[in-house]
Amino acid sequence: MNLLSIRGLSATIGKASILRDINLDVAEGEFVGLVGPNGAGKSTLLKTSLCLLPSSGQIHLSRSDARSLPPLERSLRVAYLPQEREIAWSMSVERLVWLGRAPHRAAFRPRSPEDQEAVEAAMKAMEVDAFRQRSANALSGGEKARVLVARALAQRAPLLLADEPTAGLDPAHQIALMRTFRDLATQGNGVMACLHDLGLAARWCTRLILLADGEIVADGVPRSVLTSERLRKVYKVEAYCAEHKGGPIVQPYDLVPTEAP
Amino acid sequence: MNRPSYPLLLTALAALVCVAFIASLLVGPSELGILDSLKNLYSSEQTAASIVMQEIRLPRAILGLTIGLTLGLSGAVLQGFLRNPLAEPGILGISSTAAFGTVLTIYSGISTAFALAVPIAGLGGALAGVVLVRAMAGPTGSTLSLILAGVAVTAMAGAMTTLVLNLSPNPFAAMEIVFWMLGSLTDRSMTHVWMTAPFMLAGWIMLGSLARPLDTLTLGSDAAATMGVDVKRLQNLAVFGTAASVGAAVSVSGAIGFIGLVVPHVLRPFVGSVPSRLLPASALGGAALLLAADVLVRVIAPERDLKIGVLTSLVGAPFFLWLIHRSRRNEL
Repeated sequence: MNLLSIRGLSATIGKASILRDINLDVAEGEFVGLVGPNGAGKSTLLKTSLCLLPSSGQIHLSRSDARSLPPLERSLRVAYLPQEREIAWSMSVERLVWLGRAPHRAAFRPRSPEDQEAVEAAMKAMEVDAFRQRSANALSGGEKARVLVARALAQRAPLLLADEPTAGLDPAHQIALMRTFRDLATQGNGVMACLHDLGLAARWCTRLILLADGEIVADGVPRSVLTSERLRKVYKVEAYCAEHKGGPIVQPYDLVPTEAP
Repeated sequence: MNRPSYPLLLTALAALVCVAFIASLLVGPSELGILDSLKNLYSSEQTAASIVMQEIRLPRAILGLTIGLTLGLSGAVLQGFLRNPLAEPGILGISSTAAFGTVLTIYSGISTAFALAVPIAGLGGALAGVVLVRAMAGPTGSTLSLILAGVAVTAMAGAMTTLVLNLSPNPFAAMEIVFWMLGSLTDRSMTHVWMTAPFMLAGWIMLGSLARPLDTLTLGSDAAATMGVDVKRLQNLAVFGTAASVGAAVSVSGAIGFIGLVVPHVLRPFVGSVPSRLLPASALGGAALLLAADVLVRVIAPERDLKIGVLTSLVGAPFFLWLIHRSRRNEL
């Protein structure tokens, strides 16, 4: 089943056209990497899918019209990890992760074993359970990022939209995060994440969507989307593309030389 | 740091409120013994002592409780809603417009003919203020446009108030306006209590219902919206809840500063910075502090009618400086 289905989506901010006629589906079992240069419209695509920004065209979440769903219904179908890592008040790590259970808990309903289990699993997956009592202002940037991912995981929505989840993480935690997202997809969920690290995207995503100037340029398995030629054209970089131990390796190494006049 | 458990904190704050409430009943210029005071509170005879207790001290204590509660609660809600520890109940401009409404009645002399005109005009001013702020911030008003609208409305109401002062017919009217603006709980009646109670109650219910949504708002409004929070509804409840309760409070007591700013600020570390837990704690803390301040003005200068708003600012401002100093040291 398609967890997210978008037809003819366009979005403008002010007078600038950010997205034009986007069509895409995210099905159960897919880990979709959304790649593209700065300003291609990746974050806007995530936000319009969540109805956080006005747009035209159709957006369906698990077959229901996303715009007519009340916020609570929507939050049971899709979780979101924003790019801005805002934590306004210095709560404890555990309490922050518990916020992810908010959609499942009506007012005054006590914590259920299912809530507890979801929070523990999310903290373990992001390796934040060791400092669960620490308050947010005592965390490093990377630790904070992992806590916020754990919060989104604890929501246990069938679809997760994440905006640059790996930014600021060390290589081990970047790979652990990509593995967690891949596992989520294997278990029958859907994940779509904006990514700037093409190597990680190529290696771990089941499918990539390349966005440039508000339009989808390529959509398919990583090997077919990230070719040296396309990277040269869209990103203006020279990249080394190869196979290593059963998966693709993509490493940009230089800018495309500007042509002499 | 080991902080007290949450139920213990609430119990302690509630106990403080009770002590301060009783102290407020017992302190005053007419020298009544403790037992005498409490006996006269319930007496149905019309003695001087029972009139003092039932018609002077009781309404004063009740207003101290309800107004303090309003200031503490709305301060905590607005800080959580705006995600800013410097927010306070006056930030939306509603206190200023309520104050302007009452100043107009004093200026025009209506207040001498009809004493209840003051709170009625205050509530009218609060209503006008909230309509103005909503209109300026727009239907999908962002937090920033809401704050800017609040600043603009505060400035306008302040300018109009000074204009009224400027044009006041005689120094006595000006004096009365200035004294009223300093904030006080002196000489209020049970009618003031009954008149403001429905507005305050409605405001408390609106603000109290925001506890859980404010927790998720910690992660930003986009994240909160994807965790099931109707952000527009949250904003409406915060604005209208503040307008009803703070508007009613200001229309009776005048502007009393610093309580709505300092109380949530001081109590936040004791509740682990969790916004929903801060609401009841801050409401109780606000009530205890205002009642205590109102006892203090009667003890310090019984003859001079020291205004409570002056006392809270005098104590509050240096205290706030100390808080800033302490938090700066913790950051280093």
